[in-house]
Amino acid sequence: MTTTDVSKPILEIQGLGIDFSTESGTVHAVRGVDLHVRPGETLALVGESGSGKSSVALAAMGLLSNNATASGSIVVGDLDIVSADEGALRGVRGSTVSMVFQEPATALDPLTRIGWQIAEVVRNHRPVSKADAFAEAVDLLRRVGIPDPDSRASAFPFQLSGGQRQRVVIAMAIANSPRLLIADEPTTALDVTVQAEILELLRKLAVDTGTGVLLVTHNMGVVADFADRVAVMLRGEIVETGSVEEVLLTPQHEYTQGLLAAVPRLSTEFDSDAGTAAETPAEPVISLTDVTVRFGRGAHTVHALDSVSFDVRAGETVGLVGESGSGKSTAARVALGLIKPTSGAVGLFGQDLRTLRGRARRTLQSGIGVVLQDPVASLDARMSVGEIIAEPLRVHRRGIGGAERARLVAEALEAVRLPASMAWRAPRELSGGQRQRVSLARALVLKPRLLVADEPTSALDVSVQKSVLEVIGELQSHLGFACLFVSHDLAVVQDFCSRVVVMRNGRIEEQGLTGHTLVDPTTDYTRRLLAAVPVPDPIVQRDRRQARLAALAAVTTTESLEQDHA
Amino acid sequence: MSAVIQNTGIPADVAGATGARLAIRRFLANRIAVVGLVVVILFILFCFVGPFVHPTDQLHTALSSANRAPSGAHPLGTDATGHDELGRLMYGGKVSLLVGLAAGLLATVIGTLWGAVAGYAGGWVDTVMMRVVDAGIAIPALFILLVISAISTPSLSGLILILGLVSWLVPSRLIRAETLSLKNRDYVLTLRAIGGGHGRAITRHVLPNSVSTIVVAATFQVADAILLVAYVSYLGLGVQAPATDWGGMLSAGLTAAYSGRWWLILPPGLAVILVVCAFNAIGDGLRDVFDVKGR
Repeated sequence: MTTTDVSKPILEIQGLGIDFSTESGTVHAVRGVDLHVRPGETLALVGESGSGKSSVALAAMGLLSNNATASGSIVVGDLDIVSADEGALRGVRGSTVSMVFQEPATALDPLTRIGWQIAEVVRNHRPVSKADAFAEAVDLLRRVGIPDPDSRASAFPFQLSGGQRQRVVIAMAIANSPRLLIADEPTTALDVTVQAEILELLRKLAVDTGTGVLLVTHNMGVVADFADRVAVMLRGEIVETGSVEEVLLTPQHEYTQGLLAAVPRLSTEFDSDAGTAAETPAEPVISLTDVTVRFGRGAHTVHALDSVSFDVRAGETVGLVGESGSGKSTAARVALGLIKPTSGAVGLFGQDLRTLRGRARRTLQSGIGVVLQDPVASLDARMSVGEIIAEPLRVHRRGIGGAERARLVAEALEAVRLPASMAWRAPRELSGGQRQRVSLARALVLKPRLLVADEPTSALDVSVQKSVLEVIGELQSHLGFACLFVSHDLAVVQDFCSRVVVMRNGRIEEQGLTGHTLVDPTTDYTRRLLAAVPVPDPIVQRDRRQARLAALAAVTTTESLEQDHA
Repeated sequence: MSAVIQNTGIPADVAGATGARLAIRRFLANRIAVVGLVVVILFILFCFVGPFVHPTDQLHTALSSANRAPSGAHPLGTDATGHDELGRLMYGGKVSLLVGLAAGLLATVIGTLWGAVAGYAGGWVDTVMMRVVDAGIAIPALFILLVISAISTPSLSGLILILGLVSWLVPSRLIRAETLSLKNRDYVLTLRAIGGGHGRAITRHVLPNSVSTIVVAATFQVADAILLVAYVSYLGLGVQAPATDWGGMLSAGLTAAYSGRWWLILPPGLAVILVVCAFNAIGDGLRDVFDVKGR
């Protein structure tokens, strides 16, 4: 960048305050925020959920909801967004400043061909003919790396994958060469390999055009990968600002230090004691043998699982990893007996789940505990916490009295480090981390032999994730249950599980001890998956990125060579 | 329990209290719903407490005092058989409100169970049960009522049963749609994964969580049922003399309307309109209370 560019920020926020008026009073979501973004620079605004980072991003677009009032100043180019009227805002949005949203599935109009959606953005701000705008749209699709853009331009959003959709959203955002790009969690809904590609694309665009980027994210790996400077938000205020190296490597504020300490890091070293847990042979608690699951019939058949075999032995934790659509959740649901396999056998505690019916099956299932992903949907809002935890007791131990039940519930709450008095509270009063711990208490109240956890921490902030994982680990060492742990987060699995099963497209790609498989994998797929995980260290991440791109180039070359041979 | 709460610093007003207060505040914010509630309460007082304040003989005919215009002794005049019209409005209102409430609630109960079972079971059970509903909706309720009354004269409880049986179809569709989304919630899946039964899933999770839909549907059902009772009685198919209801009063007063005796036809007509509108307004208010989208 030239020095003249650096002198004048494209986005300057001073003393920004945002208040939301709600039914239960006014909430001061953002207080006294100062920040700026210069052309060609990427500022990452990081913080946990509820810190107000997304509100700042929306305020910079003038897109706050009706019950919000902003004070202070937000200057984009020469316009003060806070005091500007709707007409002036419309002139700026999409031309000077544009936005990339989190969820590509809802950011696109499902009934309009993507080429025309991009053309519409072009025509909103420039007087060009429809045909010219469409031609420009095709060009933009090429720039964001959509293969075969001429024919793809007339595709509908549902015909594209999630990553491609996000590329289209980016194409719309850069259609009028904005000077400021606001990206609100642009890769959170995407798989790691796709995330790496999208970040690469955004970085290239920012460098090529000198666009300033305000990146809102909770993922420190993404920050390390992409940002030049970082601002850390806590409860509506910025607590620390600095270059990415300063903030991520030598954080000054206590909160930033805690946040970074809680981030699970992918280790690349051989872990010598990782194998010990599995060396004592124990009988399998659950085993899937050649399980195939098909949904639908005829031409529309979906092969959700294809000859999947793995087992979980007493006392061990097996991680089930893979990208979205890999079949990992389906496999977990087969293990839980919620999905009947099309073929193959499921053995639970040494008995065949297929042949069991009625009471025998239910008794067997009482040995399972379940924790699912969504902390809100996992708990019935109409019940108290105590009733929720007591539900397995009411199903399987009908004989016990109210006092005994209350004692067991209190015990379970204590085990997950919640006060026993929590039993009388309603789920809606609890935070996400507390909710997941209540879920865990319900799973453990019957002292199960197997815990199935489907992405139990992926909806939680990292600091909360850490404490929940600690609780699970601690209880496992006390109670000795086996654990099937489904996750997309390789760093968490590497840290938490002794063995790992890597899935892809409904098949098992490879399985083995975590210390081997997730450090020195035997398949290219796992290697690529690992390479795509961003680590929260800007210097290490820079090297990893180079290595990944080099490896990718090598793979593409060999693949094309192989194709030539065939 | 209070000791524990003090120890942990949890405020004494637990979840339920604040939730109820919020619900009341939302309901009060809907002015029309408040008016509706007041109207319904006033009508209930009028019909059930009113006869003690203004006692009248509604069983024996008194032809000597028939067809009187409103006066001090008879504020709304008398009808062709000498019954005090104000007293008759209370007497008939009792039947209209009772039958309307009972039939509306019966329809909601049947519809809820039918819809919940169909939605939860899914597959061919759902298909069969919902085709039954489709077929039922295709036959006009009035036609069924006409046929039944041609065959027999229903008693009060018979009338409630018949009205309930012809109007449960719409609520069953609403509850089925609600159940379809509720049965795949994580807490239901969790219950099933540990071996919990379907009965428990329906009664403890699906139904309590569709209570908002059920309550709102119920108020509209009651309004519909009151209208239906009036309708049926107007056609002379409802409760038989000397008992009556607002619809029957309308029917009896029809000829009087041509001779200018407005007091025989306006009060029952207005009563039906007011009560039906009031129940609909309450339904709207309850929808506001349960609707979480506005938060």
